[in-house]
Amino acid sequence: MASSSAQDLKTVPLHERHLALGGRMVPFGGYSLPVQYATGIMAEHKWTREHAGLFDVSHMGPAFLQLTTPTGDAEADHATVASILEPLICGDITGLKPGQVRYTLLLNEGGGIIDDLMVARSPLYPGSLYIVVNAATKENDFARIAQAAGNRAKLTRADDGALLALQGPEAVAVLSSVLPGVEELGFMEYGPFQLQGQTVIASRSGYTGEDGFELLCPAAFATTLLEALLADDRVKPIGLGARDSLRLEAGLPLYGHDLDETVSPIEAGLGFAVSKRRRELADFPGAGRILKERDGALSRVRVGLIVEGAPAREGAEILDAEGNPVGVVTSGGFAPSLGKAIALGFVPPPYAEPGTGLQVKVRNRAQAAEVVATPFVAHRYFRKAKS
Amino acid sequence: MTTKFTPDHEYIRVEGSTGIVGITPYAQEQLGDIVFVDLPTVGKELKKGDEAAVVESVKAASEIYAPVSGTVTEINSALSGEPGLVNSAPDSDGWMFKIAISDMSEIDKLLDADSYHELTL
Repeated sequence: MASSSAQDLKTVPLHERHLALGGRMVPFGGYSLPVQYATGIMAEHKWTREHAGLFDVSHMGPAFLQLTTPTGDAEADHATVASILEPLICGDITGLKPGQVRYTLLLNEGGGIIDDLMVARSPLYPGSLYIVVNAATKENDFARIAQAAGNRAKLTRADDGALLALQGPEAVAVLSSVLPGVEELGFMEYGPFQLQGQTVIASRSGYTGEDGFELLCPAAFATTLLEALLADDRVKPIGLGARDSLRLEAGLPLYGHDLDETVSPIEAGLGFAVSKRRRELADFPGAGRILKERDGALSRVRVGLIVEGAPAREGAEILDAEGNPVGVVTSGGFAPSLGKAIALGFVPPPYAEPGTGLQVKVRNRAQAAEVVATPFVAHRYFRKAKS
Repeated sequence: MTTKFTPDHEYIRVEGSTGIVGITPYAQEQLGDIVFVDLPTVGKELKKGDEAAVVESVKAASEIYAPVSGTVTEINSALSGEPGLVNSAPDSDGWMFKIAISDMSEIDKLLDADSYHELTL
């Protein structure tokens, strides 16, 4: 068991609080972050599924893209700022309503995924978008967006603040007692809320499959927000270990593992992120490849696997029933909610049908695996009734 | 009967010319919740330092090395149904395998309890 050097690691605003809470700190995306607290990954995972888990995701990349000279015409200004970002991504940003959040993908010219990100239209300011990108890719992402903006818009980083995620079935009850009004948000909606004279941006989103929120606040206010949430018995701090097992059970792909610059949105099972309007315009990077793949010309697709025996980790070979290599595991581990090993990986379409019997190679042994529909554990996002 | 330790956090409890191998309470705590244990087959010849078993936590797989050379004579099959025994009782019910020690002088080169304890401070 190797230990890691703390050298050259960035710290998050709540670093000292994590240590005081018993967090076991590890290097992650260039930051020192808690992988778990005293109770361990399994207990933290189950707590989040049953109550409310509090995650520090301050290593991620929140930012604001704002028009340099908004006209004040809300629709026109939104269309302008959306037109800056859209050439880089496959999502319909123009069509966002105020306060609406959308999951989208930054693409390269070949249709490969440079990053997955959240983009939201400000509910207050015309011509302003709220963007959250991944930690490991944020420098490149921000540079691309700033370059696309030129002098038409300004990209303001907010990754010196604290970004917390409160996830789980009790998250809404807890958070509405701290930030009244958040319960009005539906899944993938966001807005600014006030606590002790400070603004906290709350987005009803997350990456655990549970209902929950992501909260951005200034670094100096992070401890106050953390303590306000931890004061509730329904909340426990949760580390990166459980964050990973929760998102894997939710069947959500992770950048740098299941997604990279060779993988297209269609291969990754993220066809929903290629918005209808953009498909019709075919005006996004790699549209040629992506639209062809959407019509069925695919060499590989992402699947979920239930694995018998030892967990099949990232890099494990996927074999057909006869033992021929057909693909590779990109994320794998143990699913605490299911009590068995699960994995995400890529295989050619003929092997992707749920129920297909495959094998995975773990430590040179072939173990049985079965293709299953994802998510492995049903999502419980809060969707408002359509009015 | 004596118990010796490796710097990699395996223990071996020596009874005559047989050793019972497992991981220390410190190691199980570092690994966290253990969800799967891959044990060697009975009859397998191991050299000191060979990979003998693998314990998997939710997060990762960790190799367990043979503390001495010898032949595996028995494995703890209870771990296949209940891998968490390694967490709850690492130095009793959570043992992993027994080994017929081929060179007793290798035992003398392992750490005693005090030296091992110093490593984990």
